[in-house]
Amino acid sequence: MFWSTLLMALQEIRRNALRSFLTMLGMVIGVGAVITLVSVGQGTTAQVTADIAKMGKNLVMVFPGSGHRRSGTAASAPPFRNEDSVALAAVQGVEAIAPLAAGNLLVVYGNKNESTQVMGTTTAYLGIREYAVEQGRMFSVSEEHAGRPVCVIGATTREDLFGSQDPIGESIRIQRLSCQVIGVLASKGQSAGGQDQDKVVLMPLLTFQRRVAGTPDVSSFFVTAADEIDTSRVISGIASVLRERRRIASGATDDFTVRDTAEIAQAVTAATSSMTALLGAIAAVSLIVGGIGIMNIMLVSVTERTREIGIRIAIGALGREVMLQFLVESVVLSVLGGLIGVLFGVLGAYGVSRGLSMPFVVSPETILLAFVVSALIGVVFGYLPARKAARLEPIEALRHE
Amino acid sequence: MAAPSATGQVPLIQLAGLTKHYGKGESLVRALDGIDLIVQDGEFVAVMGASGSGKSTCMNLLGFLDAPTGGRQFFRGVDVSTLDGDQRALLRRNFIGFVFQGFNLLARSTARENVELPLVYRRMAASERRHLSARALQRVGLSDRGHHLPSELSGGQQQRVAIARALVTTPSLLLADEPTGNLDSRTSAEIMDLLVHLNRDEGITIVMVTHEPDMARYARRVVEFRDGRIVSDHPGEGAH
Repeated sequence: MFWSTLLMALQEIRRNALRSFLTMLGMVIGVGAVITLVSVGQGTTAQVTADIAKMGKNLVMVFPGSGHRRSGTAASAPPFRNEDSVALAAVQGVEAIAPLAAGNLLVVYGNKNESTQVMGTTTAYLGIREYAVEQGRMFSVSEEHAGRPVCVIGATTREDLFGSQDPIGESIRIQRLSCQVIGVLASKGQSAGGQDQDKVVLMPLLTFQRRVAGTPDVSSFFVTAADEIDTSRVISGIASVLRERRRIASGATDDFTVRDTAEIAQAVTAATSSMTALLGAIAAVSLIVGGIGIMNIMLVSVTERTREIGIRIAIGALGREVMLQFLVESVVLSVLGGLIGVLFGVLGAYGVSRGLSMPFVVSPETILLAFVVSALIGVVFGYLPARKAARLEPIEALRHE
Repeated sequence: MAAPSATGQVPLIQLAGLTKHYGKGESLVRALDGIDLIVQDGEFVAVMGASGSGKSTCMNLLGFLDAPTGGRQFFRGVDVSTLDGDQRALLRRNFIGFVFQGFNLLARSTARENVELPLVYRRMAASERRHLSARALQRVGLSDRGHHLPSELSGGQQQRVAIARALVTTPSLLLADEPTGNLDSRTSAEIMDLLVHLNRDEGITIVMVTHEPDMARYARRVVEFRDGRIVSDHPGEGAH
């Protein structure tokens, strides 16, 4: 019975090919939009998560200020000192630590100049941030202690300033400092925040403090936490050392922030997930519109076929058999539309991911959900027309012209 | 149980004081106003009367398309006066074959598909359906028209398809409502000959509604309705 009903529905849909196609179009667009938009959202999430992971493994960052930008403490909180670095290195679970003094400064070579993130740090920074030297070398520990005017540049900076020219041995100028390029970093791409991580100049911390900034300030620390120790314990260890060194009374709030990448990833993922949900919800509205289209056409179809229904009932069809026939018809319409929609949705998601060079993420759950929802829409919006058909009185239906 | 008739046979149809009313109050219409009727297996009954006499209402009740307002209706001795819609549908499916004035074929289905339709609702396998529909079409002389749409057939041929559809389930009762109403006289005679043949040679019980005395002549018994009552019940010319 079910198969013959299904067959009947398919015949009916084929007989009204154009009308069926237009009816399905609503579902095609609805399902396609949901899949494309949700996939784009998930792709964004995947990319951001990957970007954060690329910042460095078990990375912990320490900044002055409470982290609440509006409170104003960030500006008034005192910077760190070189000695803090030594104290923090002794905290249990700190595998590596790099102090950082940085500024966004104009870097000049020849007639070209670029505003670039210039950082004074130690050799440990490369390992912590997982930068690799592609060409030349990193500055040595002795150059670091001596505060030599040498620097290592990022891939973008090299491209911007030198083009195809070999930068090794050339001198670049940062404010009054003339600095010799000794190495080029391998490209790392954009950060999670959208910053180009290759638009950098690294130099020994002392060089930066003495010859660029003119102060002994350290603006932040980058720490790699040991694998075998819970990162939250490392964070609290760092916090307690800093509270002591900065003489913060017990009960007073920290004037610095210690944060790990997991925390940042969580915050960003939460934001992109809610964006995905919002996009999906907007697209879902078009699914409902598609369902209403199906209901509309099914109601017209029931009226048109009143006589046919009358004949079927007179011959002995039960109300529920007539109902099943029309329900199957609307479900077949919506599911066919849904399937085509899945196809277009996946194609759309692929197109967008190629266009925005994002990861192409289509989860099977999304497709399954779209499929189930389209079947459900067929049932829900087909119910009213089907019930109308099932309730027809045979005598009146047979008299219908 | 209805009382067995004098011959001791349970009648196919027994109506006792059957009424059917439409509307209420001042506008109440007594379409059937107390009908008593017994039809035995193998009979060919013509139900006659002017329009509004109640003959069509009686037909609808006999075919379980409608439920009576009062009185008792028995089918093979079983009281069927108070059945719900699905129960009546099952009776139609299993015991009744309909032939309508307007043929009432599915316009977009072929003759064979139309004939097979009642078998679909009996959940019969496709091969068996095909076999039975081919035989039914053969019985009405349309073996070679199975793949035609109704619109490709003449009126007489369409009515034959409808008769084949009614016969295919081997019903206990064939109900024909003005079966020749839309046909010319020559085709009408052909259809009536077919019905007579089915009744006489295959023993199929037929109740036919008509307002044409010419058609009633073919029946073996003529029942006449006026104002919702039976006013005469006598043997027809077909009885000879």
